Amino acid sequence: MSIGEATSEQTPDSTRMRWRRSGGAALVVRGLHRAVYPLLGVAVLLALWWYGGHLIASDPATESFAGFGPGPTFASLADLIRSGQLWGIAYPSLHRIGLGLLWATVLGVPIGVSIGYFRVAQETTHIPFQFLRMISPLAWMPIAVLAFASWDGAIVFLIIVAAIWPIIFSTAHGVKRIDPLWFRVARNLGAGGGQMLRRIILPAIGQDVFAGIRLAVGVAWIVLVPAEYLGVTSGLGYAINDARDTLAYNDLAAIVVVIGVLGYALDRICLFLIQHFSWRVEL
Amino acid sequence: MSGFLSLDRMGIVFETRNGPYRALQDVDLRIAQGEFVTVIGHSGCGKSTVLNIVAGLLRATEGGVLLENREVNSPGPERAVVFQNHSLLPWLTVYDNVRLAVDKVFRKTKSKIERDEWTRHNLRLVQMNNAADKRPSEISGGMKQRVGIARALAMEPKVLLMDEPFGALDALTRAHLQDALMTIHADLGNTVIMITHDVDEAVLLSDRIVMMTNGPAATVGKVLSVSLARPRKRLSLADDTEYNRCRADVMKFLYRQTETDDPRAA
Repeated sequence: MSIGEATSEQTPDSTRMRWRRSGGAALVVRGLHRAVYPLLGVAVLLALWWYGGHLIASDPATESFAGFGPGPTFASLADLIRSGQLWGIAYPSLHRIGLGLLWATVLGVPIGVSIGYFRVAQETTHIPFQFLRMISPLAWMPIAVLAFASWDGAIVFLIIVAAIWPIIFSTAHGVKRIDPLWFRVARNLGAGGGQMLRRIILPAIGQDVFAGIRLAVGVAWIVLVPAEYLGVTSGLGYAINDARDTLAYNDLAAIVVVIGVLGYALDRICLFLIQHFSWRVEL
Repeated sequence: MSGFLSLDRMGIVFETRNGPYRALQDVDLRIAQGEFVTVIGHSGCGKSTVLNIVAGLLRATEGGVLLENREVNSPGPERAVVFQNHSLLPWLTVYDNVRLAVDKVFRKTKSKIERDEWTRHNLRLVQMNNAADKRPSEISGGMKQRVGIARALAMEPKVLLMDEPFGALDALTRAHLQDALMTIHADLGNTVIMITHDVDEAVLLSDRIVMMTNGPAATVGKVLSVSLARPRKRLSLADDTEYNRCRADVMKFLYRQTETDDPRAA
């Protein structure tokens, strides 16, 4: 064989490759450049918070709520971390949300694949699912409390109800976007249904599933805190209620910060997983 | 001519929203082992439908396909298809795309080491061994088609089915891949059916050119034998009388099809 590479067959320049070629110093400069605006955003938020705290503390009518200011809040947060209490508060919440997301994924992905793959499944489930989806998960609370023996079980159920819809819809969307040609390639190889699922469908929709889980985390994290106001004696929601009852506003604000930070962290984990399972060029 | 692969009075009717549509009627063709046949015709004439029936991806309404006297009624790797484009799985590397096919076909008959060697051998055949670890998004269209060909060859098919494999490529890349395909065909002696709409490509590559009439109810209009000696060199062919006769023949057929298609001519 004596066929050389044609000159017109050059590898397209991908952004990633250009990045690799640029020097280390340039990379640092660009890194700093990219950090400027996010840091600015955080600074503005802190400034507004500080000013609000200052107003509350300087007015005699609201003086007793001064704990909400950033100073007392961060002092309290440092205490919570140093004493190890924080982990005891956050762990039950993380456990509940983890369990709820696990179940929502285990149930939601097969349902989503069926809806995306079988037209009949899509048409049958469309109205019931859109109807159920629009019901606030918290509206199920009385039923959940009656149906589950433990408060923990009821909260996990509410998280499942909140989290399952984005996972189902995103998975179904991913399946529908699969290039039909890939199914023909697999059929040409003589692949059956099981291999089609394992070799084509699941790798093709990986990023869509995690995009669905990312949306689900957002909703579930919002539902979790109010769900923990009821019944249970552990978790972030309980800690907020407890701090309010004991007038420990600095602790309350510290827990709010923790909720925000943990939510942000969960979102970043999901984003990492989406990128890890992504094969599309644009990501 | 022996009936290694035969298409017997094949016809297909599609159910559409506007009622049944007859795409093909009485498509009759005998292909010998090792023969290189191209099917040419205007777009929409059902060339690809013929190929899909032979591949087993579509089922003929009447008639059928016999490969070594056995009826074809399901897809299978002994009739490997090279698709037009985008047929590589984007989450797999070049190597893994070919390896997937090798694993599927030779899981029982070749050891793991043999399958690895066979995968690399086929990538070398299309000069893609140096890009084995790249993803499809990192290589050019011509390279993707090379890998598609390697994947099909790696299945050791009895018949290689090519659905306008070079249609989306620029002229220079296309010429390179045509040369590569001729070399591979000379070395391995595959039986090939290739769909094309490019007259020069058809004459350059084929032993026979099957010209299809326009749809609906498209069928084989004319079959032309190309008696040019192999190996063929594209530069010296430009002045060859036989080459130009074949080329003119196909052009005339296609042009006449356009005329009969024109409502003003009716």
